[in-house]
Amino acid sequence: MKTLSTLFKNNVREYGMLIALIVIMMFFQYQTDGILMKPVNITNLVLQNSYIIIMALGMLLIIVAGWIDLSVGSVAAFVGAIAAVLMVNYHVNWGVTMLVSLLVGALVGAFQGYWVAYVKIPAFIVTLAGMLIFRGLTLVMLQGEAVGPFPTQFQKLSSGFIPDFFHYKGFHVTTILIGILLSTLLIVLDMRARKNQQKYGFEVTPFYFFVIKNIAITAAVMGLCYLMASYKGLPNVLVILFLLITFYAFITSQTVLGRRIYAMGGNEKAARLSGVNTPRLLFYTFVNMGVLAALAGMIVAARLNTATPKAGVGFELDVIAACFIGGASASGGIGKVVGAVVGAFLIGVMNNGMSILGIGIDWQQAIKGLVLLLAVFFDVYNKNKNV
Amino acid sequence: MSDVILEMRNITKTFPGVKALDNVSFSVSQGEIHALVGENGAGKSTLMKVLSGVYPHGSYSGDIYFKGKECRFRDITESEEVGLVIIHQELALIPFLSIAENLFLGNERAKNGVIDWNESISKTKELLDRVGLHESPNTLITNMGVGKQQLVEIAKALAKKVQLLILDEPTASLNESDSEKLLELLLQFKAHGISSILISHKLSEVSKVADSITILRDGATIETLDCRKDNITEDRIIRGMVGRDLTHRFPPRESKIGETIFEVRDWNVYHPLHEDRKVSTNVNITVRKGEVVGLSGLMGAGRTELAMSIFGHAYGTRISGKAYKHGKEIDISTIDKAISNGIAYATEDRKAYGLVLIEQIKDNITLANLEEVSDGGVINEPKEMTVTTEYRDKLNIKCSSILQLALNLSGGNQQKVVLSKWLFAGPEILILDEPTRGIDVGAKYEIYTIINRLASEGKGIILISSELPEILGVCDRIYVMREGKIVGEMPASEASQEKVMKYIMTQQEVVEQ
Repeated sequence: MKTLSTLFKNNVREYGMLIALIVIMMFFQYQTDGILMKPVNITNLVLQNSYIIIMALGMLLIIVAGWIDLSVGSVAAFVGAIAAVLMVNYHVNWGVTMLVSLLVGALVGAFQGYWVAYVKIPAFIVTLAGMLIFRGLTLVMLQGEAVGPFPTQFQKLSSGFIPDFFHYKGFHVTTILIGILLSTLLIVLDMRARKNQQKYGFEVTPFYFFVIKNIAITAAVMGLCYLMASYKGLPNVLVILFLLITFYAFITSQTVLGRRIYAMGGNEKAARLSGVNTPRLLFYTFVNMGVLAALAGMIVAARLNTATPKAGVGFELDVIAACFIGGASASGGIGKVVGAVVGAFLIGVMNNGMSILGIGIDWQQAIKGLVLLLAVFFDVYNKNKNV
Repeated sequence: MSDVILEMRNITKTFPGVKALDNVSFSVSQGEIHALVGENGAGKSTLMKVLSGVYPHGSYSGDIYFKGKECRFRDITESEEVGLVIIHQELALIPFLSIAENLFLGNERAKNGVIDWNESISKTKELLDRVGLHESPNTLITNMGVGKQQLVEIAKALAKKVQLLILDEPTASLNESDSEKLLELLLQFKAHGISSILISHKLSEVSKVADSITILRDGATIETLDCRKDNITEDRIIRGMVGRDLTHRFPPRESKIGETIFEVRDWNVYHPLHEDRKVSTNVNITVRKGEVVGLSGLMGAGRTELAMSIFGHAYGTRISGKAYKHGKEIDISTIDKAISNGIAYATEDRKAYGLVLIEQIKDNITLANLEEVSDGGVINEPKEMTVTTEYRDKLNIKCSSILQLALNLSGGNQQKVVLSKWLFAGPEILILDEPTRGIDVGAKYEIYTIINRLASEGKGIILISSELPEILGVCDRIYVMREGKIVGEMPASEASQEKVMKYIMTQQEVVEQ
């Protein structure tokens, strides 16, 4: 059996970031006199950061594959603009608009992926070009003006909440039920994984640690659900986020596809010589990024209820920072979905907390930059210590 | 002439697990051309790296005296200061800088950090004249042929006031007339009192220009021959290079050879960048069931290029020729198709091409055949664990767990992971490219045992190796390659090191006896 200290040492990266997140949350909770954790602010926090997290999922795959995508902010704005023009100027049905928008995102991803994967132009250059191209096209689409408002159904994408089937006054019972269901599911899954590990003779964490861990997770899930339930229930965006995170965590850790992306990022030549069609895989990684950027673009537009030429400026930086804070390696092959999500939340909590405290955008940027540098320094330091 | 300019005494250099140099002594006289010969891996390059300070003082034992003074070089700069310049096999010129810029790189003609171009250019012209190269000092390196680049390297050495010039395989990538020119130059330098150490596989050159020849084998000095006194024949040199005991280094094997399972006919491959350069010419090879076929030749003979082009066109362009398995033509135009047609290729460079070092042993083993351990694209982790544990035990991979990173394994165990990967892919034909390079004797024995077992299971194996004893000890039949062509074929029973070496070294075609 592993002792707690070795367990922590081996997973210092994952636990370290989680602890950093909790510490930062507690700090702001204290500094803001409890505003941070108020249900309405938590809901806001999720809405404000949902698009960063969604794009971080795609970005993580690209970074794991060994590349980078600088264009995601522009692509999100571009797709938001297309959706706006379709709905407002051409009165296209909101459902059709969403499908078309996702398709446009895929095409944009395919366009950039083609140059990177098949023509072998470095992604930094291709997506730098993409950043300019799609920002420019956004301006062209919107003719320099904000376009809106949108049909309510489309707005719901961002500002809606899941329906409550119980109509209990002032409390969202469905949310609590979902919370209970989810907690149970997580515990069952963790128990199964543990059993499997024991079956194959692997060292497992001490039982008490397993119990504490599950109690902590259950408490976090139920606490969040309780907070949400006492406001308006779970936001639609949070449900989308949860499904996406689960899906990508599954893809990266459990599937052939995910395994191949990591292998490609770890050693492209070895992966290719093992029969992995690396150009095609890389191409689809960019297509995936395009689709996620499109989804993020729609959520941004829906939230503001307009598409503006300036939407999404600088998003790429937050998204990339989230991945690196979450432990992804700039040279590829290393990085976890959960890490990127924690990284995105860390940035989100800092944005939100500092805004509540009235810290100006100037200092916010400087502090975020320092946190990014610190997080990566922590990585490098640990790596050197272990060698 | 007998003034000793360089003396290396009792040099011993060990790498983790391998003794690369064992008590080597070596000396060079003033104004002579001293050839250093030996098989690949005999320790020639290591010895020169010790001499030039690539391996700093303290990382080896023994003493170096240059012009009577003891030297303790900490890096190349220090050895170059006293006039010892080494020119490596891979040229170290910067392609997009000009000749003049390259000549004085790190040694710039400058005042207070500002380069004096007039002096640089005129000095460059002077040096180029000395090596007989008529090019403008402003020509970019990338626009010159390899032969001329080699001359620039030598001019660079002259710029550093060289007293002892070390050339590591200088003519390996040169054509006949360029090689000739280079050797002429060495003779000229000799007349001016500059000594050279020439490392070469081309024995004809060695016997032409060398004044003395030192033979290294398995990291030890075997003998030094004096060419001024005796007439040294190539056969004499070969005997010194290969004469070694072969017993007990290879596990015994009973060959049970069946029908032909794999055949490549009229295989032609061109270089991926220089499209007019042919790297394989009309190659025909066959492999039978249960047979280990050796592919022998020097580095650069085109063996790896041939193997990789067969393995799903992983190397080269304009590939033509046909491949047959069990007499039926098969499509091996992509790596994926080659693998599904039962061909596997274990690379010579396991770190760069064979393994994803930052991943677990388990992930590396299943990488080429993930379908086998997954259902509908989802990896069945328990199954993966079982399979990889099986291979760990079967091939005796020494590791704390199959979850260990490939990075932290020794060379021999890394090689076993690469082999496991390809065995798990279930091939009928295995191409093993230098499977024992850089691993110790014990692990080598294990690899040979695995090869024997695979053969007895009825697989066809192509073994590429630069070590002749290995080829002779393991293979049933041997092909010899030179310059992209198969120049000899013989059953192992009729082969000897001398015979194979003759095919490898001889410039003109050997007529079949």
